[in-house]
Amino acid sequence: MQRFEYLIKRFILAIVVILSVMVLTFFISRVLPSDPAAAWAGSHPTAEQIAIANQRLGLDQPLHVQFWRYFTSVLQGDLGTSLQTKQPIARDLRTYLPATMELVFCAMLLAVVVGIPLGVLSGAYKGSFFDHLTRLVSISGVSIPTFWLGLLLQLFFFSQLKILPLGSRISTATAINNPVTQLTGFYLIDTAVTGNWAAFKDTLLHLVLPACTLATYPVALAIRMTRSNIIEVLSEKYILAARITGLPRRTILFDLALKNAIIPTITVLGLSFAYSLTGDILIEIIYSWPGLGSYITGAVLAIDFPVIVSVTLFVTVIYVFINLILDLLQAMLDPRVSLE
Amino acid sequence: MSQALLSIENLSVRFKTYAGTIHAVNSMSFDVRPGEIFGLVGESGCGKSVTGLAVVRTLPGSGRISGGRILFHGEDLAAKSEAEMQAIRGRRIAMVFQDPTASLNPVFTIGQQIDHIIRHHTGDNHETARRKALEWFNAVALPDPQAVYDTYPHRLSGGMQQRVMIAMALCSGAELLIADEPTTALDVTIQAQILELLVKLRDQQGISILLITHNLGVVAETCERVAVAYAGQIVETGPTSAVLARRLHPYTEGLLAALPTAVQKGQTLQPIAGQVPDGLQPIAGCPFHPRCSKALPVCAQVNPALLPVEHADHLTACHLYTEAAA
Amino acid sequence: MTTTTLSAEPAASPPAVPSERQLILRAFRQDKLAMLGVLVIVFFVLTSIFAPLLTPYPAQGAGAPNIIEKFKAPGAEHPLGTDYLGRDVLARIFYGGRSSLTTGFLVVFLAVLIGAPLGAIAGYFGGRVDDVIMRITDVFLSFPPLLLAIAIATALGSGFVNTMIAIAITWWPWYTRLVRAQTVSLRERYFIEAARSIGVPSFKIIATHILPNVLTPILVQGTMDLGSAILTGAAINFIGLGVQPPQADWGNMISQGRIYFMERPWFAGSAGVAIFLVVLSFNLIGDALRDAADPRTRRGEA
Repeated sequence: MQRFEYLIKRFILAIVVILSVMVLTFFISRVLPSDPAAAWAGSHPTAEQIAIANQRLGLDQPLHVQFWRYFTSVLQGDLGTSLQTKQPIARDLRTYLPATMELVFCAMLLAVVVGIPLGVLSGAYKGSFFDHLTRLVSISGVSIPTFWLGLLLQLFFFSQLKILPLGSRISTATAINNPVTQLTGFYLIDTAVTGNWAAFKDTLLHLVLPACTLATYPVALAIRMTRSNIIEVLSEKYILAARITGLPRRTILFDLALKNAIIPTITVLGLSFAYSLTGDILIEIIYSWPGLGSYITGAVLAIDFPVIVSVTLFVTVIYVFINLILDLLQAMLDPRVSLE
Repeated sequence: MSQALLSIENLSVRFKTYAGTIHAVNSMSFDVRPGEIFGLVGESGCGKSVTGLAVVRTLPGSGRISGGRILFHGEDLAAKSEAEMQAIRGRRIAMVFQDPTASLNPVFTIGQQIDHIIRHHTGDNHETARRKALEWFNAVALPDPQAVYDTYPHRLSGGMQQRVMIAMALCSGAELLIADEPTTALDVTIQAQILELLVKLRDQQGISILLITHNLGVVAETCERVAVAYAGQIVETGPTSAVLARRLHPYTEGLLAALPTAVQKGQTLQPIAGQVPDGLQPIAGCPFHPRCSKALPVCAQVNPALLPVEHADHLTACHLYTEAAA
Repeated sequence: MTTTTLSAEPAASPPAVPSERQLILRAFRQDKLAMLGVLVIVFFVLTSIFAPLLTPYPAQGAGAPNIIEKFKAPGAEHPLGTDYLGRDVLARIFYGGRSSLTTGFLVVFLAVLIGAPLGAIAGYFGGRVDDVIMRITDVFLSFPPLLLAIAIATALGSGFVNTMIAIAITWWPWYTRLVRAQTVSLRERYFIEAARSIGVPSFKIIATHILPNVLTPILVQGTMDLGSAILTGAAINFIGLGVQPPQADWGNMISQGRIYFMERPWFAGSAGVAIFLVVLSFNLIGDALRDAADPRTRRGEA
């Protein structure tokens, strides 16, 4: 019963946070710009367009009335209209979301499968050659600008070796000959489920470079954080006590310390997701990936304000929920966390 | 004199730090006989805890044994490899620490933790290991062994945690238990209970106990023999009653005189002037001489050896008792 | 038995034991890579500051085009070649450093300036004040970092200062959390109780007792953040916000050079190398500082 109460409490807290996020995004979109109406009227607006924007936004109304209008329309699923595409933003989001999620998911998978084990080994064998090598690699990974790394990889694998494509999710040839049936929007799933193996292979080839580039920072971060988690756990008194009872090193590391280190690893997951999400924007530019990142950068350049605000809100909500799930996971794993 | 179970011979331990080399233990010598409770007593910084860790060869960080021998059944532990030591830890020598909360892994139940230990040493299956664990919980006088087995450490009181630690330490059949300040972090009433438990375990199971403490009262009550440590050396050792009564070494005398119980109500307390050395700067001659009111000129030059005075069994390291002073 | 008389003999004064700060510095200097990092940073900082004097092409560095020389590969006259407008790339790197490095330093500085006092106030006073400040912090931390910076930067408009403000606004909550945690543990210490009991006013306690004690964690965290701040600044510039061409910034140099990268990689390439070296150096320094500051991880072997 205690656990359930905690769940409810955290859920309510998340709702409160989302409401605050809405207030903040509203503030950014209406109060920060020097001339909100001009911002919402598109680039180089005429006086008439500005006047129309003024009225439609209700900028002549007091702030709390504006917010109420904004709030109710968001709840109804109306996120406004893009100034560029003239489409409802909600529809655009649905189109672009799966592409982004597929990429982010792959990057996170790499972070967990590659980063965490390397971090554990690196920390357990601290001071060894393997540890030094891993540290060098991981510290480089968090220092390199990923958008630049993308260019380098393209130069090497596309321009020089010619084994991987430059960008996009699938080649035009495949799009024409073996089109992907839109089920989930995740091409890997859609092609596999429909047995479209030519397209599956093509999708995979297109995913390799963007996913690996995007994964660089999360993997490196995961290695660094897991390593320091393991080192900290191994320096705890209960590990010394276990050692003195005669347990061998391997048992202590894999049967005991690992479980202690898993809890802070949830934090690693959270940060991996955060950086995958933000790095994704840059990766999509480099690889011409048709996802939310391209959508928002296009909006930035065209100063398409409704899009920027709505995407920020939308992505943040997803982010808040993922963090909520991770928080709860962490609480469930740690017996010390009081659920009162 | 019975053959010593554990014999520390001129043990020296040093730590290298950025502040310099710390000589935590400086040619320390004493022995623990089979079936006895031996007290190693001294203030903070005298090297007593480091000695305990040195015996099981789990010195932290940059600690190294820089000299001497640690004889256990005649074999020098200081010369053994890690693999050899691992066979000895738990099985022959065990240790419990001051803070039982920090010594128990918070994410496993007590049962899971003791299970690991028993099964590693005996290869038993779950059921047998559990039975043995519960037997040990009974032996350490835990009120509800079954409940303790299934619970997480943070739900137990300090006293119960320490009993669990003792059970976990002894369940593999160790014959020597090193107890490093086992009662310091506990309430006074619980302290007495834990000490009683240790004496009972010694009486019933025949284990020897090296009791490391700063508390002279604890030593007086439970230890047959005692060694007084100062600045990494032993300054006096012998049967507890003799040492406490005769107080040969000025430091021993000062310690006992400094106890609040040593003075009458209304008199001022009698501390020992000066500070405990920090181990960084080596002190020429006897380490206690800067604070000693009975210091002789030779004390500043020559470090006195630990020699028997009156009995073969009561030794002290002080120039007052050697021929030169006569 | 005669009682021991108190000895009035003064002990010989011992040689000075190094202070905590000295120990940290000593441990830090042991890390060769970190010291190398310091050199690299000094190099880039100096070249940025003295850029006009160090390059034979100051005008080009600042943005003046030189079309006849465009797309020259690295060679004798132009060690890093020229870009698509014929400007000397090395000069652009020096000038770009001004923007990129300053962004990094000022972002962290602003974040600490806003975040640290708020954290100290929240941690010290607790209760309502703490709740309010932490709720606000939580809201800011709910946003995916770069996204919020982009949104704010777009709202404020492009430009060097606006970008810095935008990023700093996303960064301050981390320092609030850090300082609050430190303050809460300090608050329990007796010397704070003692100060309060003799009537020292709250803000004085915060200023003279709490803030100096949180200085070390802030310095360590700040140094580690400098690298990330520069990366974030470069990313924002890469997207198109921030410093506008012809003014140089390592981020916008990469975006400008992107379309030519396959055939002529040297101008986008050099800018990326510059970012990488600087950020790597800050990370190495930050790591070494953090390990040196924590007595547990400070390497014992001299």
